Amino acid sequence: MSKVLVIAEHLGGKLNSSTARAVSAAAAVKGEAIDVLVLADSVDAIAAEAAKIDGVSRVLTVAGPENAHPLAAVLAPQIAKVATGYSHVFVPSTTFGKDVAPRVAALLGVAQVSDVMSVEGAHTFKRPIYAGNAIITVEANPAHAVVATIRSASWPAAATGASNAPVEALAPDIALPAHTRFVELKQGASDRPDLQSASKVVSGGRGVGSKENFDIIFKFADKIGAAVGASRAAVDAGYVPSDLQVGQTGKIIAPELYIAIGISGAIQHLTGIKDAGTIVAINKDSEAPIFEVADFGLVGDLFKLIPDIENAID
Amino acid sequence: MNVPRPGRGGSRVKESQMKILVGYKRVVDYNVRIQVKPDGSGVVTDGVKLSANPFDDIALEEALRLREKGVAEEVVVVSIGPADLTAHLRNGLAMGANRAIHVVTSDAVQPLTAARVFLKLVEKEQPGLVILGKQAIDDDANQTGQMLAALWDRPQATFASKVEIAAGKATVTREIDAGLEVIEAELPAVITTDLRLNEPRFIKLPDIMKAKSKPIDTIEFGSLGVEAHDHLKTTHYAAPAKRSKGVMVKDAAELVAALKQKGLL
Ligand SMILES: Cc1cc2nc3c(=O)[nH]c(=O)nc-3n(C[C@@H](O)[C@H](O)[C@H](O)COP(=O)(O)OP(=O)(O)OC[C@H]3O[C@@H](n4cnc5c(N)ncnc54)[C@H](O)[C@@H]3O)c2cc1C
Ligand SMILES: Cc1cc2nc3c(=O)[nH]c(=O)nc-3n(C[C@H](O)[C@H](O)[C@H](O)COP(=O)(O)OP(=O)(O)OC[C@H]3O[C@@H](n4cnc5c(N)ncnc54)[C@H](O)[C@@H]3O)c2cc1C
Repeated sequence: MSKVLVIAEHLGGKLNSSTARAVSAAAAVKGEAIDVLVLADSVDAIAAEAAKIDGVSRVLTVAGPENAHPLAAVLAPQIAKVATGYSHVFVPSTTFGKDVAPRVAALLGVAQVSDVMSVEGAHTFKRPIYAGNAIITVEANPAHAVVATIRSASWPAAATGASNAPVEALAPDIALPAHTRFVELKQGASDRPDLQSASKVVSGGRGVGSKENFDIIFKFADKIGAAVGASRAAVDAGYVPSDLQVGQTGKIIAPELYIAIGISGAIQHLTGIKDAGTIVAINKDSEAPIFEVADFGLVGDLFKLIPDIENAID
Repeated sequence: MNVPRPGRGGSRVKESQMKILVGYKRVVDYNVRIQVKPDGSGVVTDGVKLSANPFDDIALEEALRLREKGVAEEVVVVSIGPADLTAHLRNGLAMGANRAIHVVTSDAVQPLTAARVFLKLVEKEQPGLVILGKQAIDDDANQTGQMLAALWDRPQATFASKVEIAAGKATVTREIDAGLEVIEAELPAVITTDLRLNEPRFIKLPDIMKAKSKPIDTIEFGSLGVEAHDHLKTTHYAAPAKRSKGVMVKDAAELVAALKQKGLL
């Protein structure tokens, strides 16, 4: 029978919702147990959150100052050690998981399945290639552990609240490397909803024209309680920081409502929003490819249309 | 207890004589709209345009800039793939690499195998730095660099948007979901590139001529002693579920009404 180890992602003492999404994927394996592993400097609050996720059998913790920051070189040997006895190791396909999971797979000497969209069987998965232009079915060899990253946008977060899994502290006895050191994390402070988990997202592209003009996007997003995203062109032009980039090489998101403003709809951008519930496109070019995928399209100048929309909402 | 220990191969790297290995994979050009074969056996690649993986162009550009700054001495591009990769490698040489290594195999190479090949080359070449793309835009696996770093037991700095080399270490700014993270990695190390690390230079005609005399080492995959029994089998290819084209609304009021009706506003 399968046993799945899910690696918790967290920041600032809080569990990231990508963890509960990975638990949903773990449940689809239909194994006998799902354990969540928390590696942190202080684990208690994070473990308590993880213990409430439905379907979790146990929460395992490894506490220590060396785990204060998610350095792949430091975390991977600990995860690989704990992974002994598990048939599956699932990690969210966020920058955290993309960084650490392949290092775990290599230590275990196994292949990794990246960006799992669906679990077809304990060793059969679907994942996107070519920026989502093809979906492949992949079979992993059942003789080996499966290391996989879970594409958050494909999975709902497992419910929380009803359960209370036991928490067990582990102390894996292994030497850790000192060759990699954390220096700092520069975070744009924002009280807007988080781009990756928001139910509404408003994104701006090169059409917005400047950093100053991007205020119109932020104001509109705040008015409707949305997170803010951007195209690569908008990030490259310096209108907004890189963590707002949506797309193949940015964030893959699945909000209920996605509003693309001044974004042409390049394939690399569309990859990031395929799973959105409703897509709205606002663009002055009626031929823009974004209209091919939009549920509602509105042709015109964004600087006129956004105020119009704000007025129509009131 | 977890005790820190120095990594393997941690002897201090002399930057001025440092060698940089660069992953230089050929992929279907990013402008090509990939079609899945009707029988689900693969994607159509006959006759489509092939180019260097964009992230690998960025990796090569970064290596060249480090050499131009005097931080490295030699830049070697590496490609693992079929016999007809020579023209592709010549592009890397024309861009400015000193030489190329072509590991020849006609089989598809999964990331773990690619990482094992790179490890063999690392053992032979003793580079101070290996720079790979964060992902190849065909398989989008995003694994090879991290796997190489694990097998080599050396630091990894993935998704780099800024790299500084000094005093035997790399200080790397990484684009992560939460913002920008800065880490320090002792050399030798593996770096994988993100899009904003640099803008690759264009190849000039005279460079193409010059590149003709630069060496390409050819190594048969089979001679490396890398086990290639990969653990993943692709059994089916499918086109993604299509979003159907929606409706055009005539003005802001109609849009807001439609969204309110769906309970989205
Ligand atoms: C049409 C087509 C069909 C395919 N079918 C299959 C299949 O059925 N099964 C299968 O397993 N694989 C298949 N592959 C390809 C697959 O083998 C990938 O090359 C492999 O999985 C590596 O994944 P990646 O390149 O996405 O790795 P990533 O980890 O995303 O690559 C990251 C970086 O590693 C370096 N790198 C990786 N590979 C190489 C290389 N070969 N040479 C030089 N540098 C490299 C590059 O710097 C690259 O930027 C197919 C590829 C194509 C084009
Ligand atoms: C390897 C690779 C990876 C990539 N990854 C990503 C990724 O992750 N995410 C991503 O977004 N891109 C990515 N790209 C880039 C992508 O190909 C496009 O270049 C990019 O998405 C274009 O951004 P844009 O739509 O904002 O700009 P443009 O294509 O320039 O479009 C701007 C649009 O704004 C409209 N416009 C202009 N002014 C107005 C106005 N006043 N009112 C209304 N509309 C207006 C125009 O009609 C136009 O359609 C990647 C590219 C490569 C090669």
